Amino acid sequence: MILPASAHTWILPLWSVTHYSPMVTSDNLRTNLYDTHVTLGGRMVPFGGWDMPVQYPDGILAEVKAVRTACGVFDVSHMGRLYISGPKATEFLDWVLTGSASTLRVGRARYCLICNEKGGVIDDTIFYRLTEDRYLLIPNAGNRPAVIAWFQHWIDEKFFPGCSMEDATTTTSLIAFQGPYTPVLIDQIVDQPLSTMRPFSWAEGAIQGAPVFAGRTGYTGEDGFELLVQGRDAVKVWTALTDSGAVPCGLGARDVLRLEAGLPLHGHEIDEATTPIEAGLGRFVRTEGDFISSQLLESQRTGSVLRKLVGFTLPGRSAPRAGYNLLDHGEPIGTVTSGSYSPTLDTSIGMGYVLGRDIEPGTILDLDIRGRIVPVTVTDLPFYTRPRRT
Amino acid sequence: MSSPDDRRYTQEHEWVMIDATAANTAVAGITDYAQDQLGDIVYFELPKVGDDVAHLGKMGEVESVKAVSDLFSPIDGVVTEINEKLLDHPELVNEDPFGEGWLIKATMADATTLDRLMSAADYDAFIAGL
Repeated sequence: MILPASAHTWILPLWSVTHYSPMVTSDNLRTNLYDTHVTLGGRMVPFGGWDMPVQYPDGILAEVKAVRTACGVFDVSHMGRLYISGPKATEFLDWVLTGSASTLRVGRARYCLICNEKGGVIDDTIFYRLTEDRYLLIPNAGNRPAVIAWFQHWIDEKFFPGCSMEDATTTTSLIAFQGPYTPVLIDQIVDQPLSTMRPFSWAEGAIQGAPVFAGRTGYTGEDGFELLVQGRDAVKVWTALTDSGAVPCGLGARDVLRLEAGLPLHGHEIDEATTPIEAGLGRFVRTEGDFISSQLLESQRTGSVLRKLVGFTLPGRSAPRAGYNLLDHGEPIGTVTSGSYSPTLDTSIGMGYVLGRDIEPGTILDLDIRGRIVPVTVTDLPFYTRPRRT
Repeated sequence: MSSPDDRRYTQEHEWVMIDATAANTAVAGITDYAQDQLGDIVYFELPKVGDDVAHLGKMGEVESVKAVSDLFSPIDGVVTEINEKLLDHPELVNEDPFGEGWLIKATMADATTLDRLMSAADYDAFIAGL
């Protein structure tokens, strides 16, 4: 057998059994929790310019189960922290984001896309309104340089000197605390009652004296919080969370969890050649106002698109993988963008693009798994919705 | 941990040993290093009883949550048995790769094939250098 010596094979779209590269390259960035991950036995892999844990010794299945049934903790410090400030900050964000900043109240957060002039997705992001004139925006790790360059271009072009940007990625840490137990646990760990906070809002508190900015957000499909802390406090906060029983989880579990929840991953479901409408993310694109690519996106919304993202399931555990072909009566009609065995649903799941036709849920297509042709059933997304808890 | 020295190894991380319970038969699996690198195994595609397998020829596939790899046969031979338990419990290979998690048994066309494979000491040195 040929093993996944390249960490890229864990995460990147095309599984290549012949591509070998060192597990960790020296020019990658390390988070403030790097030594903690190594001590915990985390398997470190390069991802988005950072060395990150893909899993810990108990493995991806155990980590996924912890998040679905109890709670897990993830170091997501590889993701960016950009502060956008100034009297024109709102106007600027209204221009560069598909979601509205001006209608976002202070204290709330919103998910949306950053598109280029052709409607292609430069990145997806959650942004938090901190004050009237100040926002925090979280880009993906690998896209941070592209987002910064794009934003700076438009600040210089249209919004200088009323808007400025500050990159706090390397001076802070971001820790995701996810799972059904987190509302109870967070109130035992943080000095403020955060469990009453609404989804997509934020509040501040402290953990053992360390200031914490907490958003009720996440990327797992579970209830939970994302905690922004100063870099020097990262180990203290991480340890407080794991001491409460939260299971350390890596990028492998994060990818399975987000896929079960039907959430897109940049570089897979979305990229600069894909629009939010094609990706089924039209609900995160506002229908009013002028912003980058707004006319094009509105015409796609009301008209038609060449390809459309679909979700599908197949029985068993042999997984669809990025790059595999979807077929209709032998004819290739699309490509898988992400897929996995879903431990929560005990079936295999995938997402992919289908060209030039409307595919209704329930439609049977074929999937080419390395030459084995197996039927798959198109289904509504998400695959998994967390049970309502009272 | 060091690999058991009662068997032989390939550079593709399969092991093979003489099966004490049947004449001229070998039993084969993947190594502890292999299962550790793959992570949680969820699926095996194995040859059928009666299939020919060829030394270092593809004989199946293994999938973990995040990876898929080809399985290569350590020997020339004909498959006499596959480990049926793996169909429902592929995690046996994570738990006990050198024992309960064996993959196939096969009659050997030429038992001297084993001499061309690595000893445990050589394999352990090989993976230490990866």
